[in-house]
Amino acid sequence: MSEKEGFEPRIIGFLCNWCAYAGADLAGVSRIQYPTNIRIIRVMCSGRIDPAFILEAFKDGADGVLVAGCHLPSDCHYISGNFKALRRVTLLKRILKAFGIKPERLRLEWISASEGDKFATVVKEMVGEIKKLGPNPLKVGGKS
Amino acid sequence: MAEEKVGAVLVVGGGVAGIQAALDLADSGFKVYLIDQSPSIGGVMSKLDKTFPTNDCAMCILAPKLVATGRHPNINLVTNGEVIGLNGEAGNFEVKIRKRSRYINEEKCNGCGLCAQKCPVEAIDMFNEGLSDRSAIYIEYPQSVPLKFMIDREKCIGCGTCQEICKAEAIEYDQQDSEATLKVGSIILAPGFEPFDARLKSEYGYGRFPNVVTSIEFERILSASGPYGGLVLRPSDGEIPRKIAFIQCVGSRDAQLGNNYCSAACCMYGIKEAVIAKEHVPTKLDCTIFYMDIRAYGKEFDDYYNRAKEEHDIRFVRSRVASVTEDPSTGNLHVYYVEDGEPKTEEFNMVVLSIGMQPPKNAEKLAEVLGIKLNGYKFCQTELFSPVETSKPGIFVCGAFVAPKDIPESVAQASGAAARAMSLIASERGKEIVKKEYPPERDVTLEEPRIGVFVCHCGINIGGIVNVPEVVEYAKKLPNVVYAEANLYTCSQDTQEIIREKIKEYNLNRVVVASCTPRTHEPLFRETVREAGLNPYLFEMANIRDQCSWVHMHEPEKATEKAKDLVRSVLAKARLLKPLKKPIIDVTPVGLIIGGGVSGMTAALELARQGFEVHLVEREKEPGGHLRKIHYLLEGEDPKERLNRLVKEVMENGKIHVYLGAEVTEVSGFVGNFKSKIIHNGEEKEVEHGIVIVATGAVEYKPTEYLYGKDPRVITQRELEEKITRGEFKAKNVVMIQCVGARTEEKPNCARICCGQAIKNALKIKEVSPETDVYILYKDVRSYGFKEDYYRKAAEKGVLFINYDNGRKPKVTNENGKLKVTFWEPTIKEEIEIKPDAVVLSAATVPNPDNKRVAEMLKVPLTKDGFFLEAHMKLRPVDFATDGIFLCGMAHSPKFIDESIAQACAAASRATTILSKKTLEMEGIVASVDEDLCSGCRICEYLCPYGAIEMKEKNGKITAHVIEALCKGCGVCGTACPTKAITLGHFTTEEIMAQVKAALMEEITA
Repeated sequence: MSEKEGFEPRIIGFLCNWCAYAGADLAGVSRIQYPTNIRIIRVMCSGRIDPAFILEAFKDGADGVLVAGCHLPSDCHYISGNFKALRRVTLLKRILKAFGIKPERLRLEWISASEGDKFATVVKEMVGEIKKLGPNPLKVGGKS
Repeated sequence: MAEEKVGAVLVVGGGVAGIQAALDLADSGFKVYLIDQSPSIGGVMSKLDKTFPTNDCAMCILAPKLVATGRHPNINLVTNGEVIGLNGEAGNFEVKIRKRSRYINEEKCNGCGLCAQKCPVEAIDMFNEGLSDRSAIYIEYPQSVPLKFMIDREKCIGCGTCQEICKAEAIEYDQQDSEATLKVGSIILAPGFEPFDARLKSEYGYGRFPNVVTSIEFERILSASGPYGGLVLRPSDGEIPRKIAFIQCVGSRDAQLGNNYCSAACCMYGIKEAVIAKEHVPTKLDCTIFYMDIRAYGKEFDDYYNRAKEEHDIRFVRSRVASVTEDPSTGNLHVYYVEDGEPKTEEFNMVVLSIGMQPPKNAEKLAEVLGIKLNGYKFCQTELFSPVETSKPGIFVCGAFVAPKDIPESVAQASGAAARAMSLIASERGKEIVKKEYPPERDVTLEEPRIGVFVCHCGINIGGIVNVPEVVEYAKKLPNVVYAEANLYTCSQDTQEIIREKIKEYNLNRVVVASCTPRTHEPLFRETVREAGLNPYLFEMANIRDQCSWVHMHEPEKATEKAKDLVRSVLAKARLLKPLKKPIIDVTPVGLIIGGGVSGMTAALELARQGFEVHLVEREKEPGGHLRKIHYLLEGEDPKERLNRLVKEVMENGKIHVYLGAEVTEVSGFVGNFKSKIIHNGEEKEVEHGIVIVATGAVEYKPTEYLYGKDPRVITQRELEEKITRGEFKAKNVVMIQCVGARTEEKPNCARICCGQAIKNALKIKEVSPETDVYILYKDVRSYGFKEDYYRKAAEKGVLFINYDNGRKPKVTNENGKLKVTFWEPTIKEEIEIKPDAVVLSAATVPNPDNKRVAEMLKVPLTKDGFFLEAHMKLRPVDFATDGIFLCGMAHSPKFIDESIAQACAAASRATTILSKKTLEMEGIVASVDEDLCSGCRICEYLCPYGAIEMKEKNGKITAHVIEALCKGCGVCGTACPTKAITLGHFTTEEIMAQVKAALMEEITA
């Protein structure tokens, strides 16, 4: 078995409390099954997600990072935090390459509290895509 | 009155209106009983997919209100309940209620849902409008409040499966219906509406053709949690439709049915459903809306309508559909209609009927039990100047039971009704509510973290998949964990007792619960740790159910590993948690109201009735605003007499300080603690107050078109009204032109009241001079709600309504001294000329030019049209995003008198939730600044959406300061801070970084 075949990506999900996290909860309530690869970290607003958190996750060996918040333009519980997340993630994607990280490893999604299905789909897609990309190249001396 | 008043209120109906009323009352110091006939609250809004005009997800914005209602210590929910008797009088009622049995012990059921999964019975799911199935033991929808299951005894086969599986022992097959008597001071009715039964319009085939659905069914179809998971599918064969027809006014504006009124919300929701359907269908979808008039009369609704036409390519056909037939071989539908005088047929894959609102089914029974009057359509009878009062003192009303209406107006009316209900019993505020006492908080700052971990089995919801004992053992080995145990239900009452005991026994200073979602359960556990003497923020949760066991049901080993990772990650954060103080701020129990029109005066009176002092500032020398220029009303009331009465009441009220010919020039401070300057009679006065209400009104547009100002025979509606009143108006032939200064390229939105104004004046002309010909040239006649009656009456009296559109505007010219109006007549398709004696322009109501100054002074936003922009168009219609500032009346958008009064009462009610408290306890999760690190760059100040950051100078250095009272805890500031000087409590950079690191410590194995 080659390394890639047995590769189980580790994904960190930063989710805003009001929409995306609620959407992830609804996936649960609706018993929509998705792969176990994601570890969710709750923040109150996607506008709280510091690019430094994302870089830290990649540095610590995450193979993918999901940032999810409320739909544009006006679902944000804090008026405009989602726009701030959009700007930050867009910028960060541009500079990730300089760290040797493919921007595809970072995904930004708008997921509402009633989109449990979408949350599950996003996780499924990410796991599939990152499996193709292989492990995070920054992982030094990792077990992979 | 001999009997003492009671500081409690009964709210009948738990839809969005009832919920809003209950929350306002409970937040203002009154005990509330909220009764609903369903097993859960939420009403019709909980069934909606998205809401216009912002396309917000309905559940996303409603759910926080549901949770707040369910958890409120002063709201007592009575579900499955109905009112069966009433005694007493205003201030002191005795209400008899009946509660139907759930066959479930509400105390014991924790909503885990295992019973529903194991129940072998399939029943029709009425929440999904019969489009899917549910079990016999059920909740209405996943976010149901209260989250208590119920047994449908008609479907239950009594097999005993649920009783066997329920570890909480909540099933009680022999539970009986119960009755109770409640003592309350006032009553608010918010029973909502009954959707029109589309079967009664048999020509549209609903009930016979499966692909003809109602608009509410279509909402469920659109919903991601609906019967098809958000895919737009045809009920007959599950095919994706390519062409959908929406038929408007089904059960509304229909004299044959006796429903002559307009249901007010259907045009907008029809457009919304068409737009959202196109978003949901991956392939090309054509949507056609068949309508009579598009009544997009609300705030920025025309923008939405225009986008639907131009961007979303929705086709609009002005025609009343005659009938619908089905092609049985394909399930497709043939729609028969007349367009441009030609009969036409068109084939569609699906037809959506925009069904109207009817009075609630139990309206007559409710009216009989309570002794209130209904109107001719069996909606609740109210008066124009008392829009939230029923015919019986002490009983108030709001929402669609008054008249068909959309959500924001229901919410505003609900707050308005709450204000009226409280002012009646203002003396009893605070007497029936519970105030909890807590032990002093232990200081843990110098202690090493000592963490207790409680892992929940949740019956078998978690324990059936995740190996809970293994997670417990794993947690015990992690740093700083001094105690860990597993619970059958960590949320149960007895476990709360255990947690409190263990905190004492092991001297715990942090608690972690690994169970379900913090969104529903964090407040409960925070309460528990606080009761044990710990700061409530020394608590953290790992979500190993909703985001683990439930979504990895077939991978128990991996799920267990994930649960361990989540616990480890959360523990890393817990180790760093710091106690947070909930800031306490004093409240000055005084209101400042800017604007002394009918809205400002009503709000002032309402606050004064609650016992608060008010400063009422009006720019003009005379109070009354817009209302001073109104001489007669459609509904028949005498506006002068009403205005005089209102002014007298305001002027004589000792609590209201009226400043006429005055201006507010400066406002500083924040909720509870404002300071303002008023210039009055050339003098500057400083006042302190706790809240601000903006009621600056609006003004009439001065037309530049249609020879206005050039020919004295061209006048506005208001000038016409003035002339008629003075007996100076003589004309044999009048042409009225609608939408002057509204619904144009530059000003796309509707001014809402002009259609009513034109109809009012046309009827007046016909009254004083029946032989006068009146033509009304219109784009759409927007006589929504019961105003439709007057439209019909005007048409019966011979007023001619002729449609025009922006492409073919009428022309007004002066031909040899004679006025000439030329316009296109769409029915006979000919240009027509009329030589009228007068042309009356329905000039739009436009924003007060002073709004810009007031908005800058208060740091609150305006819409692009120049009206004030509320915190949320749907659910916070009279709040600004900034706490402590409210708006009402035409400052918000053009509206009729009853709507302004309801909003003014609403603003007073919202303000009372603040003014009624001596101090405000704010949320502890707020930003804070390390002044040594702050470079004073002001990025945070610029980014903060709530104006919660101010720059202050100290020792020659300018740094950022957080106004804790305004901070909402989003954390946007800390993320952007280049020196990391500002951070959000409970979500600090260190805490989140630790969480990330810990989550990634162990490898995921295949």
